[in-house]
Parts: sequence; C-alpha cells; structure tokens
Amino acid sequence: MTIIYEETGAEGGPEIPQQRVTIRVNGRKVIAEVEPRLLLAHLLRHGMGLTGTHTGCDTTNCGACTVLVDGRAVKSCTMFAVQAEGREVTTVEGLATQSELHPLQEGFKEEHGLQCGFCTPGMMMAAKALLDRNPDPTEEDIRWGLSGNLCRCTGYQNIVKSVLWAAEKLRSQSAG
Amino acid sequence: MIPAPFSYQRAGSVEEALDLVTEHGDEAKFLAGGHSLLPLMKLRLATPEVLIDLGRVPGLSYIEDRGGHVAIGALTRHREVETSGLLVRELPLLAHAAGQVGDPQVRHRGTIGGSLAHGDPASDLPAVILALDATLVARGPSGEREIAAGDFFQSLFETALAPDELLTEIRVPKPATAGWGFQKFTKRGIDWAIVGVAVQGHSVGLVNMGPAPLRAGATEEALAGGAGPREAAALAAEGTSPPGDNNGSPGYREHLARVLVRRALEQATAGP
Ligand SMILES: Cc1cc2nc3c(=O)[nH]c(=O)nc-3n(C[C@H](O)[C@H](O)[C@H](O)COP(=O)(O)OP(=O)(O)OC[C@H]3O[C@@H](n4cnc5c(N)ncnc54)[C@H](O)[C@@H]3O)c2cc1C
Ligand code: FES
Ligand code: FES
Repeated sequence: MTIIYEETGAEGGPEIPQQRVTIRVNGRKVIAEVEPRLLLAHLLRHGMGLTGTHTGCDTTNCGACTVLVDGRAVKSCTMFAVQAEGREVTTVEGLATQSELHPLQEGFKEEHGLQCGFCTPGMMMAAKALLDRNPDPTEEDIRWGLSGNLCRCTGYQNIVKSVLWAAEKLRSQSAG
Repeated sequence: MIPAPFSYQRAGSVEEALDLVTEHGDEAKFLAGGHSLLPLMKLRLATPEVLIDLGRVPGLSYIEDRGGHVAIGALTRHREVETSGLLVRELPLLAHAAGQVGDPQVRHRGTIGGSLAHGDPASDLPAVILALDATLVARGPSGEREIAAGDFFQSLFETALAPDELLTEIRVPKPATAGWGFQKFTKRGIDWAIVGVAVQGHSVGLVNMGPAPLRAGATEEALAGGAGPREAAALAAEGTSPPGDNNGSPGYREHLARVLVRRALEQATAGP
C-alpha cells in the first residue's frame, strides 16, 4: 500500500518510521505497513479504497468519518491507524450484504434521509452504534445519539425518521 | 492535516510506559484517548517525536467502590464514567458532567485521565474534580504520590505532573451533602463551555474563568457564612481572570459566571 504525503522529510533526512498493523475491516483481516502518523480515515480511504468513509472537517466536529471500532462509533479522522491494531473496524461498506441493503440504508432511502449524501455514511454508522445498544430508541435518543454528526442539507428531521424506520424494521426482523 | 512524523511505542504496562518516557525524555508524550493531543498534532501545535500509547496498558480502566471514595482508573473513558451505575448513584455530578463532554464519538475515545492531565481550563471535568475535592494519584520513576485536586491545576495546560509522571488513578470522596448542580453555557447544542460551573454542596468549580481551572472562592466563603444562592453567586467572578476570545469578552464571562453559579446553586438546593 502506498500513501504519499505532501511532506515526507528532506532527502537524506531521518528515516520515516513504519509500523505494521493488523486490523479486521468489515470482517476481513488486513495487514498494512504504515507510518504511525497515518490516520485511520486515510488508511480506510486511500489505503483500502473504502471511500464511503468521508472526511469533512478533519477536526473531529462533523462526524462524516464515523466508523465503528469494536462496535463503538468513533471519528476515524481522530485516531491513528496504529491505535486500531487488533480491533474490529466496520465502515459503511460493511452494512449491506451482496443482495440486500441494511435496514438503515433502506430507511434513509424510504424517508429521504439524505440530500447531497456527504454526511450519510457517518450518520448511518453513528445510528448503527446507537441501535446496536438501544433497539427501540425515542426520537430524543436518536437526536442525542447523532449529536456528533453534522448535516448541512436535510435539517435532520428526515434523518431522525430514517433511523426510526430502520429501528422498526430491525425489531420486526429479529421478532420474525 | 497531517501530523509531523513521530515514532510510536505501545506500552504494555505502567512500568513500561515509565521506562519509555525516561528513555525518551522531553521528546516523548503519552497518548491516551488522543482527543486533545491528536487535534493539536494535526495543527502541529504539538510535535512529539515519540508517542507512548497507553491504550493497551491493562488495569488502568476501572471504577471501584472503596468505601469512603470511588477510585477511577486514569484510562477510563468518558462514556464509562457517564454510564457507571456506581457513579450515577454516588457521584451523580461526575457522571452527568462526563455525559456533557463533546459528543458520543468523543466520549467513546476520551479518557478522564487525559482530560485532567491536559490541564485545559475550558474542559469540564477539572472543575468537577475540584468541586468534589478529589485526589489524583501519579506514578513516576521515584514511585507513587498523591496530589490534591486543588494543587493539581497550575496554569494554562500546566499541571503538577512532571513530564515523566503518569496519572494512574482519581480518588473521589463520596460527598457529605447530596445537592449538586452543573451548568454549561454553549453557543451550540454540543460544544465546549464558554463558561461552566460544577457545584457539590458548598463547593463551586469554574470552567473557563482563568488560565487554570479554579474554584469560586468568594462564593464558597459566602455560602459557608450562611449566604443564600443569589447573594453568594453575585461574588462568583471575584478573583477570576477569564479569557477574552470570539465567544465572549472577559466581562461577558464574568456575567455568565454569576448567572450560572446562581443556577447551579439553585439546582443543588432544589435536588434532582
Ligand atoms: C470535538 C471535540 C469536542 C470536545 N468537547 C469537549 C467538551 O465539551 N468538554 C471537555 O471537557 N472536553 C472536550 N473535549 C476533549 C476531550 O474530553 C478529551 O478526551 C480530553 O480532553 C483528553 O483526553 P484524552 O484521553 O483524549 O487525552 P489525550 O489527547 O490522549 O492526551 C491529552 C494530554 O494528556 C496527556 N495524558 C493523557 N493521559 C495521561 C496520563 N494518564 N498521565 C499523564 N499524562 C496523560 C497526554 O500526554 C496529552 O498531553 C473535546 C474533544 C474534541 C475532539
Ligand atoms: S472528518 Fe472526522 S469529524 Fe469531520
Ligand atoms: S445530506 Fe448533505 S450534508 Fe447531510
């Protein structure tokens, strides 16, 4: 895997340290040689081509880069790839199966939970972390659970409806 | 924004972390949740040559009832503090305030030890730890020592910790009086406090009212002398030196401190 930085130190300067990391990404084991300063978001996007994880603000504010690390929503722009050693990372690409969308993806489609779609992967991953712990959230729970994610288009109303839709579908699936 | 290069060391134990910091000296920094350090590194305001990752050090993440106090491991994440049944019962001020730190993703990564060791006067938990009269436990090359919260925060991003000392535990006494209050004034729903206030009984901690987290001494004295919330809160800005920035002038922050201290004291008196 090659990642090119805008600045890699002068020629003949100190050698850039490399570190080996082993991570499971969407169930697949990945081994990479990375610079310790490589952000998890960049390993996913540039290293692995999983461009569903967006980087919006790069300052831990917008949540577009949200992924699950061992089931918990984190902002992958604020974690070094080396910190994910041995962890299980889930990105938006890990939601759907070959044949079926995840209920969250269906929900966003049914309830028009997106306009430009930039925030959507992060919204869905934050929502997944929420629903995994709380399958029957109130509207308030959802707003609180998504409070680390910004959307510049929708006004949030339909995002909340999308997550409610998904929660109901997931509950009926597990009941059925 | 790409941080400057550094070499990465993963500490497997407290002893190893201390050995590594002794070996690398001033060039090294500890990495806990990374939610203060990483943003600074991206801006290249911090350029450590060696990062010592504490993330895998076992036995530093716990919340334990020790009779008169609750002991919290330095690596305990905000989310664990927020949702701990023990803390919700015994130290509801701390559990509540931890739930107001940043957003869910921030609370999943940030640690109580990192929050305190960072020494940021705009952080919520230092004011809470002050109001609760906690004791911080540090381990260094020459052993372990206890530091009272009141002696811990010294100046902007400066604490009583030596560069080669590791914060390991926070001991929070169970409060004698149950009443508590927490007020955080923000520009947006989820944000850093422009001013914040933590009250437990007659102890009052202030967020963002000076270069270091501090207590509202004049208010506390008035309360001890029998003053009511309104009267005591009028003294909240005495002895403070709040910063001016694009969120507010020092005068505006002084006004906020008086209003928020009154609200927090009333909240403490009214009960949950
Ligand atoms: C978007 C965003 C919003 C936030 N909002 C808030 C907020 O509203 N309120 C608030 O209070 N905070 C807020 N924070 C900060 C957050 O609480 C951080 O988690 C916390 O300040 C630092 O904890 P950390 O574990 O991430 O520490 P790190 O970033 O890993 O470390 C911070 C500093 O402490 C040192 N350190 C860490 N652990 C130890 C230890 N055990 N012993 C010695 N030194 C140590 C490190 O070397 C470093 O210098 C926010 C952060 C972000 C990114
Ligand atoms: S890109 Fe990570 S929070 Fe915005
Ligand atoms: S749909 Fe455009 S940012 Fe949310």
